[in-house]
Amino acid sequence: MPTYSDKVMEHFTNPRNIGEVEDADGIGEVGNPVCGDMMKFTIKVKDDRIEDVKYFTFGCGAAIAVSSMVSEMARGKTLEEALKITNKQVAEELGGLPGNKMHCSNLGADALHKAIRDYMEKQGRESNE
Amino acid sequence: MKAINLDYSAATPVDEAVLQEMLPYFTEHYGNPSSGHTLGEKPREALEEARSKVGRLIGAEEPGKNQIIFTASSSEANNLAVKGIIAAGKKKGNQIITSAIEHFSILNQLKGLEKEGYEIIRLPVDKYGLIAPGLLEEAISDQTILISIQAANPEIGTIQPIDELAALARKNEIPFHTDAAAAAGGIALDVDRMGVDMLSLAGDQFYGPKGSGALFVRRGVRLRPLIEGGIQEKGLRAGTENVPAIVGLGEAARLAYETLEERAEKVAYFRDQLKESLFNEIPHLHLNGHPEKRLPRNLNISVEFVEGEALLMRLNMAGIYVSSGSSCTSQALKSSHVLEAIGLPPELAQGSLLLAPDRENRIEDIPYITEQMAQVAGLLRNMSPLYHQYLKEEKKNANLQ
Repeated sequence: MPTYSDKVMEHFTNPRNIGEVEDADGIGEVGNPVCGDMMKFTIKVKDDRIEDVKYFTFGCGAAIAVSSMVSEMARGKTLEEALKITNKQVAEELGGLPGNKMHCSNLGADALHKAIRDYMEKQGRESNE
Repeated sequence: MKAINLDYSAATPVDEAVLQEMLPYFTEHYGNPSSGHTLGEKPREALEEARSKVGRLIGAEEPGKNQIIFTASSSEANNLAVKGIIAAGKKKGNQIITSAIEHFSILNQLKGLEKEGYEIIRLPVDKYGLIAPGLLEEAISDQTILISIQAANPEIGTIQPIDELAALARKNEIPFHTDAAAAAGGIALDVDRMGVDMLSLAGDQFYGPKGSGALFVRRGVRLRPLIEGGIQEKGLRAGTENVPAIVGLGEAARLAYETLEERAEKVAYFRDQLKESLFNEIPHLHLNGHPEKRLPRNLNISVEFVEGEALLMRLNMAGIYVSSGSSCTSQALKSSHVLEAIGLPPELAQGSLLLAPDRENRIEDIPYITEQMAQVAGLLRNMSPLYHQYLKEEKKNANLQ
C-alpha cells in the first residue's frame, strides 16, 4: 500500500457524491478492468452549470479519492469552468498523489470532461434540428 | 482496535524460543567461526548444529552426502542455484525450463539469461496452477541444463507434483531445483522423496529471522559462488557467516519440523472455516488456486466487481491485514503474473485477496473478519460501475423470463 496524504485518505474513507444522477444529461466513462481503474461520471446541467454530478468508480484508493474530489470540484461550476479542471489541480487539491498513482488523477478529470462533452454533443444535435 | 494478521506469508514473527537461541550469538559467542582460537569454537559448532537442523526439516540430514549452504534469503538461494549451476558449466547446453508462476527471484534472473542467449521455457499451468508432468517431458531436450520449478506457489498456494517432475529430470540427467520458500515449514518436505538436487528456503517464512535462508545442494552438483572471497560455506558463499541469523534459522527449522503436523492441521482448519464463512456470507466470491492441493497457509479469493487495493485499505482500517494481487498494489502497476497464468479474467485478478493465516489466528475472530469483509465488499460494490452494470443485466434477464 502506498503512502497517501491525509486528504486522499479522508476522501477514500468518506467518498462524496457516489451514484448516478437520474436522467443524466451527460455520461463519461473511462478506463477498464485491465488497467485496474474504471470511472463513470454522470452530470445534470442547468443554465450551463453542473447542477449535480455523481460517479461510480472501480479502482484503488487513489482512484476513489480522485473521483470524490473531482465531483466536489465540478459541482456548481459552469461547463466552461469545469472543462478547465486539470489533472494537476485534482492531485494538488488532494495534497499530492504517489508518483505511480498520478494516472488515477488523469482518469478523474478525463471522465468528467467526457461527460461534459457528451452533454454538449447532445445539445448540438438538438439545436441543429 | 483489532489487529488481525492474515498476511503471514509476508512475514512471520520470530518465535520467542528462536530469539532466545539467537541472542547469545550477538554478544557472548560473537566470535568468528573461521577463527582458530577458542572464540571461534562455539559459533563454529552452532553453524553445524543449525545445518543439521535445517537438513532434518527437508530430509537431508546426512552430512557429507549433502550440503546446506546458508544464504541471506531464499531469493539469494534461488540466484545461487540458477546462476551458480550455469557458471559451473558442467552440463553443456543452453536451455532452462521453469514455470510461468515462479517467484520473481527465478523469473527475473532467467529474463536476464534469456538476453544472454539462453533459451528459457516457461511451462504453462492449468486453471488451478498445476504443471502437467507431460508438458515437462515434452519440453526436455539434450540442450536442457537446468529445471527449476517451485514446490508450492506463495500466492495461490498450489502444491506441485515435484516428485513426478523431478523424476523426469533425473531420467534425463538434468539437475532439478525447487524453490520451496513458500512450502518449507508449512508442509512436509523430503529432498530424497521429492528427488530434487537443489532446494531453496527462507527462515522468515516459519518463525525464523529475516535475512536467513538456505540452499540445499545434493552432493555431486557443482556450483560457482555468487560471492567470491573466503572459503566460508565450502567456498560457495564468501563473507563472515551471519551466525545469529543462522542459529535462528536452525532453531526455527527444528520447531517447524517438530510441530509441523499439528501446526499444518490447525492452520488448515482455520483457513477452511474462514473460507466457508466468507463464501456463505458474501456473494460473488471466487476461489483461486487448487481446492485441495494447496498450502495450509493459503486462501486466495477474488471479490468480484471491486479492486484489491481498495479492499486492502478498507480492511486495514478495520484492523485486518491482507495482501492483493491487483495491479494497483504492485509498485510496477502490473497485476499478478500468477493470476494471469491461471487464466483469471483481469477484473477478477484486480479483486484478488491473499489471506495467509498462521498459528496465531483464532477461530473466534472469523465472525468479525467475515462481517468486516462483507461490509467492505458491499460498500465498494455499491460504488462500482461493474457491479451496477451487473445489477442492470440481472434485472433485464429477470424481466425477460
